[in-house]
Amino acid sequence: MPVSVRVIPCLDVAAGRVVKGVNFENLRDAGDPVELARRYYEQGADEITFLDVTATVDNRDTTYDVVRATAEQVFIPLTVGGGVRGTEDVSRLLASGADKVGLNSAAIMRPPLVGEIADRFGAQVLVLSLDVKRSTSTASGFVVTTHGGRRETTLDALDWAREVIERGAGELLVNSIDADGTKAGFDLELVRVMRELSSVPVIASGGAGRVEDFAPAIEAGADAVLAASVFHNGELTVGDVKRELARAGFLVRENHGVFE
Amino acid sequence: MSQPSVVVLDYGSGNVHSAAKALEVAGARVELTADRSRVMAADGLVVPGVGAFSAVMEALTAVRGAELIDRRLAGGLPVLGICVGMQVLFERGVERGVETEGLGEWPGVVTELRAPILPHMGWNTVEAPGDSVLFDGIADERFYFVHSYAAQEWTLETTPPFPGPRLTWAEHGSRFLAAVENGPLSATQFHPEKSGEPGIRLLSNWVSSLRIH
Repeated sequence: MPVSVRVIPCLDVAAGRVVKGVNFENLRDAGDPVELARRYYEQGADEITFLDVTATVDNRDTTYDVVRATAEQVFIPLTVGGGVRGTEDVSRLLASGADKVGLNSAAIMRPPLVGEIADRFGAQVLVLSLDVKRSTSTASGFVVTTHGGRRETTLDALDWAREVIERGAGELLVNSIDADGTKAGFDLELVRVMRELSSVPVIASGGAGRVEDFAPAIEAGADAVLAASVFHNGELTVGDVKRELARAGFLVRENHGVFE
Repeated sequence: MSQPSVVVLDYGSGNVHSAAKALEVAGARVELTADRSRVMAADGLVVPGVGAFSAVMEALTAVRGAELIDRRLAGGLPVLGICVGMQVLFERGVERGVETEGLGEWPGVVTELRAPILPHMGWNTVEAPGDSVLFDGIADERFYFVHSYAAQEWTLETTPPFPGPRLTWAEHGSRFLAAVENGPLSATQFHPEKSGEPGIRLLSNWVSSLRIH
């Protein structure tokens, strides 16, 4: 399997600004998503994800500007999630320079939307994002949540994953609500069960705290790992994570020095 | 010498802005248009493409893309297809059981990769021939792929004195064509505009070759 493991930094953006604490040296403006994306690009990020957490629709236009400006200087794939309600939102994001869009609660509210987006733009643009929590309410022990994990749905996370793949999702972003923010490592069992059922790539998210946390997620079957705060607060660089993954025996994309 | 001019064919295909910007960084003067005279006057034409084979063919037909590409190639003018913009250069595409006629510049059919995980999404290595122009200096790098379908055979036979095409292969479950350099017509299955610095270098290799043709 010669495809390398992807390391994906995720930036929460609201009204055109990075909203989670960013603590980088030598940044002119730590709140500028474009500059941060550029920094991660230089560190060797394989993709960048923006999560638009803008509260009101009015401020969405700034997101398109951020996407456009980033796509003009960061030549790796760019995924934008948050606030995608219909095919027109997807169309606008792609036209602004996004390569993929993340879909979450809108798919739960209206599942056929998954197929509509896949049919019109291709499955490869569609990252289905699942906020998953452990629960006794479902057969698998994993339930799909909304509102950042605060509200449980009645959907069994495994059934939902199968359904969205069937409907045309090109990739699964599996975010563990239990692990998110703990910095105690990814929920490896969740990654394992998702890998077993999924015919599309799986991105593991939630819980990364130390450089050693990433390899087990890949070992459990993830095709990519996504993290936010460990990169933003400067604890780890993308390069640190890649070196550790390589040390653990996984293929990573390196720069061979051609341009240095 | 002035910069080579490149037209990125504007026919409603997804994300063309990064392609245009990456080509600028690679040293080209870039214009996004489907205007016939502009397309014919450019030193190079880039045909991007994302989404379904049939949708791309439909959109291309709406701007008389087949005719534009044919005319350029008849005059020996360089054309570069990217991703589905490469796939449609073959005779046919078969996606989810639907068969669509392609532009037929090259013989062969674009079919689904035989791999446990699709789409083939991520950074992969390639096997480029030593005399490749596109991969000059970057043959050992990884490039960004995102696709489920590809041309998995090359059946065009060339006999001397015509030079054979330069074929670059990659593997995801099965072997497929990652790039073809065939006279004025080149194509990549991956996205050079999304492949970081090596991708920019590939585009710059192509842009630099434009004035030689």
